[in-house]
Amino acid sequence: MTTMPTSTIAGQGTKERDAAGPQSAARRDSSPRRTAQGRQTRAAWSLAAPFLALFLAFMLLPVVWSMLMSLTDTKSADLRTPLSVSFTGFDNYIRLFQDPQFFTALQNTAVFVLVGLPLTLAAGLAAAVALDRGIRRFRAVFRVGFYLPVITSVVAVAVVWKTLLEPQAGLVNTVLAWFGIDGPAWLADTRFALPVMILMAVWRNLGTVMIIMLAGLQSVPQSLMEAAELDGAGAWQRFWRVTFPLLRPALLLTAVTTGIGYLQFFDEPFVMTDGGPLDSTLSATLYAYKQFGNGNYDMASAAGYVVFVLIIALTVLQFRVLRDKD
Amino acid sequence: MTTTLTSAPTQSSAVDTVLRRRRIRREWGRPWLYLPLTGLLLLMVTPFLWMLSGSFKPEADIRKIPPDLVPIRPTLANYRELLGTLDFTSMFANSVMVALAVTAGNLLFCSMLGYALAKLEFRGKRAVFTLVIATLMVPGLVTFVPLYVLVSNMQLTGSLLGLILPFLATPFGVFLMRQFISTLPDELIDAARVDGCGELAIFWKIILPLTRPALATLGIITFLGSWNNFLWPLVVAQNESQYTLPVGLALASSGQDFTRFGILLAGSVVVLLPVTIVFLLFQRHFVAGIATTGLK
Repeated sequence: MTTMPTSTIAGQGTKERDAAGPQSAARRDSSPRRTAQGRQTRAAWSLAAPFLALFLAFMLLPVVWSMLMSLTDTKSADLRTPLSVSFTGFDNYIRLFQDPQFFTALQNTAVFVLVGLPLTLAAGLAAAVALDRGIRRFRAVFRVGFYLPVITSVVAVAVVWKTLLEPQAGLVNTVLAWFGIDGPAWLADTRFALPVMILMAVWRNLGTVMIIMLAGLQSVPQSLMEAAELDGAGAWQRFWRVTFPLLRPALLLTAVTTGIGYLQFFDEPFVMTDGGPLDSTLSATLYAYKQFGNGNYDMASAAGYVVFVLIIALTVLQFRVLRDKD
Repeated sequence: MTTTLTSAPTQSSAVDTVLRRRRIRREWGRPWLYLPLTGLLLLMVTPFLWMLSGSFKPEADIRKIPPDLVPIRPTLANYRELLGTLDFTSMFANSVMVALAVTAGNLLFCSMLGYALAKLEFRGKRAVFTLVIATLMVPGLVTFVPLYVLVSNMQLTGSLLGLILPFLATPFGVFLMRQFISTLPDELIDAARVDGCGELAIFWKIILPLTRPALATLGIITFLGSWNNFLWPLVVAQNESQYTLPVGLALASSGQDFTRFGILLAGSVVVLLPVTIVFLLFQRHFVAGIATTGLK
């Protein structure tokens, strides 16, 4: 009853505007516009208020607070009296960079990002291209299968991977044994623990990249591909010369979001190795979390901010390298 | 579309075979690609199959060397014990309640602000948008410590509210809703205004019903995110009555003496099954959200 008249009027409105041209005169009227403006402002702020109240309390305040905390000597003992701490300047950051364990954590995070990110992007892109251009049947089956790990709980997945990687009774080493290979104790070996985490991250995130690339591929006009084919471009050339440049925005998007996630590399080592063996899977965020667990709220905040700065740096770098060059 | 027209009986059989080959090519693509793709698919789903298989094995068989690929003596003992030993029903209920509350809050608050940012003109709009979007880059661990101090001083660490409040309004939701609502025609809103419809009524009666696809997307993504969230509940939940499923599973799996893989695998199945079903039912919405925003 209520929606019917509005929809007919909406139809008329469209027709009238079409007749009057895209910028109808009614909109330019200044005096009714001003009152309408006031009405809109009031409506907008009342619509924004609930979100902004929660956002201020649980996002903005913690972001600023964390910055201040990293410049103080806040410990867990100050939990109930968080304002009674003293400023110590950049002491926490200095101590952070004097801690060899933090360096190990940064190093592991760097390896994780530098190896894991390109691997994930390449695997996701390859899967997307194969699904979009290569095959025609069962696309949905492959898409759902490749995407399934993305939606999983990391705790559940970690439990499963732990049993998969069991040195003796695990599936991985059983399969390797079929080929006469004696598989190591993956998660207890300093050489293999981090590579295993990287592979697990690729497994978990490949689907996200694939979905975004599939959407990007659909925006590549078919006529362009046909024109390139008529000009004698092979499949390989067509991909690198036509498809790939058009995928640049999608690639940038996935590189940035996956990079942000990977710099915060935390879940896998937290539930599977607790950073071990011998800190070989300790990440920067896990280091921060451990500082929090030890009651060093100041150091935890400082380490968190170092990761934040790294995220901004990586994002800026990716925009520089991958943005459209025209 | 041309196949039916050209394969009229007057065409020669040679043309027919060429057309058929072309049709196979059009319907199947490059046949050799199915091999590596199937291999990859197998790699991707093996952990899930392994988990299912293990959850039905008796404990003794799980440690067998070499392991059985399928349970030879299938049993429901793990599931039965899971329901018996851990306070499982309450964890499940907590997970559902927290996820539903977080989802409802995000749907409402994010669409409200998303609409204001997409369609209304107001002073400070650009500042609000920039501020909200900028926080998309803030690592969770930066806000973690002050958030913990805050929630613990609000005396919320002993209640489910402490698991819900910090996640009720997320920048991602605003981004998604704003992007979607921007694509709705302005004429619809102008016409309603001419009709004398109030600004809030326009949002509630016209915009909200039209954003159903985006709401579905945001709802599913938020529900899954909340369901899988474990670090915050692990730290904030103080006793077993507030544990969510991932917390229970994480604590059980990290316990020194708890090495019962059968129960852990059964627990994993129970954590993963609801979201897998939700995902399979609504995957279109889910995929649409990822594709438009690039975030999950």
